[in-house]
Amino acid sequence: MIVLAQAGRDLRIAFRARGEMAHPVAFFALAVTLFGLGLGSDLQTLGAVAVVVVWVIALLACMLAAESLFRRDFEDGTLEQMLLHGRPIFLAVLGKLAAHWCVSGLPLVLFAPVAGFMLQAPTQALPVLVASLAIGTPTLAAIGAVAAALTVGLGRGGLLLALIALPLYVPVLVFGASAGVVAASGLSALPQLLWLLAMLAAALTFVPFAVGFALRLSQEY
Amino acid sequence: MSVRDLACAAGGHRLFQGIGFDVRPGELMEVRGPNGSGKTTLLRCIAGLFTEESGHVDVAVEEQPLYLGHKPGLSPLLTPLENLRWYLALRGREPRREDCLAALREVGLNGSRAVLCGSLSAGQQRRAALARLAASSAPLWLLDEPFAALDESGRGIVRSLVRTQCAGGGAVVCATHEDLGVAGAKRLEIAA
Amino acid sequence: MGRLAAFAHRLGSPRWFFDITGPWLVVLSVIGIALVTVGSVWGLVFAPEDYQQGNSFRIIYVHVPTAHLAEALYLAMGAAGVVLLVWRMKLADMFIAVTAPVGMAITGVALLTGAIWGKPTWGAWWVWDARTTSVLVLFFLYVGLMALRQAIPAREQAGRAVAVLAVVGTVNVPIIKYSVDWWLTLHQPSSFSLTEPPTMPAQMWLPLLVNVVGFYCLVAAVVLAGLRNEILERESGTAWVRDWLARKLRGSVA
Repeated sequence: MIVLAQAGRDLRIAFRARGEMAHPVAFFALAVTLFGLGLGSDLQTLGAVAVVVVWVIALLACMLAAESLFRRDFEDGTLEQMLLHGRPIFLAVLGKLAAHWCVSGLPLVLFAPVAGFMLQAPTQALPVLVASLAIGTPTLAAIGAVAAALTVGLGRGGLLLALIALPLYVPVLVFGASAGVVAASGLSALPQLLWLLAMLAAALTFVPFAVGFALRLSQEY
Repeated sequence: MSVRDLACAAGGHRLFQGIGFDVRPGELMEVRGPNGSGKTTLLRCIAGLFTEESGHVDVAVEEQPLYLGHKPGLSPLLTPLENLRWYLALRGREPRREDCLAALREVGLNGSRAVLCGSLSAGQQRRAALARLAASSAPLWLLDEPFAALDESGRGIVRSLVRTQCAGGGAVVCATHEDLGVAGAKRLEIAA
Repeated sequence: MGRLAAFAHRLGSPRWFFDITGPWLVVLSVIGIALVTVGSVWGLVFAPEDYQQGNSFRIIYVHVPTAHLAEALYLAMGAAGVVLLVWRMKLADMFIAVTAPVGMAITGVALLTGAIWGKPTWGAWWVWDARTTSVLVLFFLYVGLMALRQAIPAREQAGRAVAVLAVVGTVNVPIIKYSVDWWLTLHQPSSFSLTEPPTMPAQMWLPLLVNVVGFYCLVAAVVLAGLRNEILERESGTAWVRDWLARKLRGSVA
């Protein structure tokens, strides 16, 4: 019930500030455009790297979105209400993560096929691309949450959060991007997808505790 | 709850040390001291939001303490009612609409009005935060300067809420510069 | 159990640690310098040439020990992070603070020597080979750790935040290693394995073994020296540090 109450509240807040909901997808579309522009009309090269480019840009969008995960709650003091003595914070964190993914990760997943088309990705790779993003972005959100929790009390996020989160993102990127690459060459990407699923399960198990630790610390900076 | 030989440091220097006291059900403990003496830190330490340098805090209650700090603890994008319902749900309580409306009425707010907390005045926001007290079942309250930004009637509401809490067997620790008007209140002075 | 608890309690005391580690520092430094000298001279001058790579293989006498240490130091920080978060042992915080820059430098050396070795071997300074890539990611993990510590003004809080990150990173290190390994496999298989006998001749791997042990001792000595400095700095107001300093000064005058 705490998970639902927290997720419902966060979704409501996100909906009230719905202008911000478009930011990750807008960033995603912009970065894809820049890539397309940069490579010009060389469609062959574009198609060869499309899947990886979509994955990397989605990853960066997730990272940028993570910064706002606890920012508001920290500033208005609702975070300290969540953290009071002996309260099991991980349930609320799970609720926050669910809501956060719905407004920042899910739109990316839905937009991925469009980005794939724009970058000339092989059509047979698109379903796997979407599936890998659907499993991978929640993991990215969870890892981003640790970095966000560690930096929220510092009043400046951005680059520091990137320095912390990006190395931790590596395994997700490796399996996610390779799933798309393998699918583009016509092979089964099931092993990669299963690996992504395993990482998601592990992240959802451990991350809420690490985030809880980090959020407690953020009150004392 | 009890505090034993507590010492806290912030920013590399010792704020206070050797603080020890007990608060039993029905008691009010007023924490006094000049600005910067560590009243807020003491309360945050009891609330579990700050780690002590040494000593012990023992909060032997079944429900988490209620904490009212400098930050309102209200999302500016939610109405007072929505904020209160989230708060109660987070504490594992059934956030019934009627209870929440009654609590908001008690602090002088009309809960059914759909006004976001962000567009309330400072005093009204403070009242919306006080609604947590009115709806509370927590046996221990930790209040940090509850009178801030409140007008005379708002102050009256704080005093009556605290009196009700103590009369009902609850305990209150309150950092304040003003008298709370509860008979038999204990007092802790922190030197600068 | 009682003795163990007593030992842990004493380990938690920086002063006790400082008192007993003075001799260790000397012993570790002497052994480390001796082994690294022997191993390096042996490996660089007397070991036979590699029949494929010629003389360029000799950089492994620096590359392999540093690559091992890069990982070992990060894992040690992760372990210290758990100790700090669970038992709030100050010494663990100091250990992480001291080890991070040392580990980062060592990782940098491993990367550099890897690149230098890569040029004659693969024909390029940098190829996206699995193990060098995971060392690169490890380097970034160190960077993140240092950046976080520098960003947090309060020392105690910084220590705990860094500990959280070190633990999370340590959980990630094997995953990163495995995933990168599986995706990019170009590197020659590891020279050392605990379960299989080495494939190179004894004159080649014996000096390597000497150097690995020597580097470990040397780095342990560096970390220990840093730790002792850190203890002196953080406890600089206490009576025992003043006494120690007074004794030291008198000693140097006499």
